[in-house]
Amino acid sequence: MMETPALPVPEARSPIPASLRGIFPVLVALPVLALFQWLLSESPFAVYLLSVMGVNIILAVSLNIVNGMTGQFSIGHAGFMAVGAYISGVLSLNLKEVALSFLPVAASDQVLFTVALLVGGLAAAACGFLVGLPSLRLRGDYLAIVTLGFGEIIRVVVQNTDAFGRALGLSGIPQYSSPYMVYFWVFLVVLVARRIAGSSHGRSLWAIREDEVAAEAMGVDTTGYKVRSFVISSFFAGIAGGLFAHFVPIINPGSFTFVKSMEIVVMVVLGGLGSTTGAIVAAIFLTLLPEGLRSLFNALGTEGTLAQKVDQIRMPIYGLMLVALMLSRPQGLFGMREIWDVLPRWIPRRRRGLS
Amino acid sequence: MRRLAPMLLAALAFLAAACEKKTQPAPSGEGGTQATQQGKPATPGGEAPAGADVILLGQVGALTGGQATFGISTRNGIEMAIKEANAAGGVKGKKLAIRVYDNQSKPEEAAQATTRLITQDKVVLILGDVASSNSLAMAEKAQAAGVPMITPSSTNTTVTQKGDYIFRVCFIDPFQGYVMAKFAREDLKLNKVAVLQDNKSAYSIDLSDVFTRKFTEMGGKVTTTESYSQGDTDYRAQLTAIRKTQPDGIYVPGYYSEVGVIARQAREVGLKVPLMGGDGWDSEKLFELGGSAIQGSYFSNHYSPDNPDPRVQKFIADYKAAYGSVPDALAALGYDAARVALAALERAKDLSGPSVRDAIAQTKDFPGVAGTITLDDKRNAVKSAVVLKVGDGKTEYVTTVNP
Repeated sequence: MMETPALPVPEARSPIPASLRGIFPVLVALPVLALFQWLLSESPFAVYLLSVMGVNIILAVSLNIVNGMTGQFSIGHAGFMAVGAYISGVLSLNLKEVALSFLPVAASDQVLFTVALLVGGLAAAACGFLVGLPSLRLRGDYLAIVTLGFGEIIRVVVQNTDAFGRALGLSGIPQYSSPYMVYFWVFLVVLVARRIAGSSHGRSLWAIREDEVAAEAMGVDTTGYKVRSFVISSFFAGIAGGLFAHFVPIINPGSFTFVKSMEIVVMVVLGGLGSTTGAIVAAIFLTLLPEGLRSLFNALGTEGTLAQKVDQIRMPIYGLMLVALMLSRPQGLFGMREIWDVLPRWIPRRRRGLS
Repeated sequence: MRRLAPMLLAALAFLAAACEKKTQPAPSGEGGTQATQQGKPATPGGEAPAGADVILLGQVGALTGGQATFGISTRNGIEMAIKEANAAGGVKGKKLAIRVYDNQSKPEEAAQATTRLITQDKVVLILGDVASSNSLAMAEKAQAAGVPMITPSSTNTTVTQKGDYIFRVCFIDPFQGYVMAKFAREDLKLNKVAVLQDNKSAYSIDLSDVFTRKFTEMGGKVTTTESYSQGDTDYRAQLTAIRKTQPDGIYVPGYYSEVGVIARQAREVGLKVPLMGGDGWDSEKLFELGGSAIQGSYFSNHYSPDNPDPRVQKFIADYKAAYGSVPDALAALGYDAARVALAALERAKDLSGPSVRDAIAQTKDFPGVAGTITLDDKRNAVKSAVVLKVGDGKTEYVTTVNP
């Protein structure tokens, strides 16, 4: 466990002009996402499922920055998600009737949606800072307990605040979200995670994960790095929550419980602690599995009653498959490595630097 | 960074300055908004696949999770109604089938399952969940797609306000407050009643507000309104304050988990008067928690298994034969919702969303097991409620209160 994992190093030579290198992935992603959006425009179920999947990917990848790369154990990710969801939801709800004068309505909606998302993300990041600063100074399980408490506090606060719809939930949030938006943020979080992993910042995080005392002795400002990674992670959890609030018709405190936090932790652990692609694959797998089982059972049980009975045993089967997977691969799907380190050589090595 | 901050500020200021009211007229009508926002018109969904000899209905319910018993009871009731209809030859000469999806008691799962029912399975009609938050999530999707939806037992008023495709076969929260006020004033002949409400639940506050208003209108007097929070365990302070006002009864529209304890402590502080409540009391647990202290109290409910009506008794006998237990109110409402849906499908001129919707909206004086159902122009059921008396380990049917 003590050996340093193979870290991808950004290629020094590449065909892309230096001035564009920083934003090159963005330039590629935008048209691809637009095509993606156009292909999906006729299938609301696929749109919904892919949006859920995208949100789960953002959550898993962002949690991986803290749990995987830094080795701190946070189990309150749903709390940060709730902060983002409620703050940006309430903002959008209040700005529903407002548009920007110089833009067509649809475009101005998207601009306001982006603003609402960012506000939600920043609010979550601020909460992350407040929670992280005191608890990340300590070692061990303190962070787990504090984040657990934080998640519960958020839920209880929401449950008792009229502006947040109390226990019934907040409905009527304009449904601005689209796969384009969700996957743009997926792309961003993956980019950020990969860039962190490849930078000196990331190396400090790995160092903290492997041995905090040694890292400190080598001059790494452990608290600073831990808090920063925690804030970045919370920011993206807030963004994920904001996106979630704009495609789910109603958000209520029941969606952001401890169970949701654990679901995200499971994704990270299943994918392999520290592996960004592992988190992505696990998030995709765990989002599609329940629906896949549903399809399977529908196909088996054309006889109405069987299909009916069987929908409730879907979740236990999901759990069993998870247990089986973790028993057969305790280090997670990819361990600490990325997908291109695990799959055979036919994956071009060049893709390493670009996520 | 130094250059970035002013630029961000400037961008923010610019955005703020450019904010204005949306100029286009907001689409009128409750449900229209949703469809326009999603950028596509409400497609006439719910068309049965051509040539199919089976009419497919959908149900989304909490089969697992915190409210699992609610969802399972509802499903049993619906399943029974469909079996009966199939035995009687189906609807429009076609057999019926139902696809049930679990929502794990979570609204996002409910929305996902509903979307699946609408777009993948192409169901004609959707039967909703018990919990209002889940039904709200479903209503939004069903309304946008133009598929009619009937919720058996979501009592929150906002559910059917989502649009003209959304119906319910149960009464709404405020009605229960009225029922108890009327019962307390006219049947129990009480003059002074104290109210003890659960400040944490919208349901409890709704009920107690309406109760207070109606009871006062009918010439009674509400001596005091005290409150507690769900999860409290000691209510002696509130109860002592209530005792000082010497009421003839106490209205406690909470959930069984607290009501049982409140009843015990009320007797301890020397309050001998009956308690009254709403359908949140409806649970086997109530007898266990309240013991002898809760006996002689009254609560309003959707239906009573002791109702002597032969229609109700036949339902109970059939249900017992099929599932081995006495049906609760949720099973009865699920059964009613399915039967209202089936009757509407039979009446509708075809199986498209709008004609089924219109057929459901015409439901009038429908003989359900949980009361006679007439849908008003807000798509809520106007129906009677029953008042039950808590006895030793069971409830006794007292009376039916009509709207």
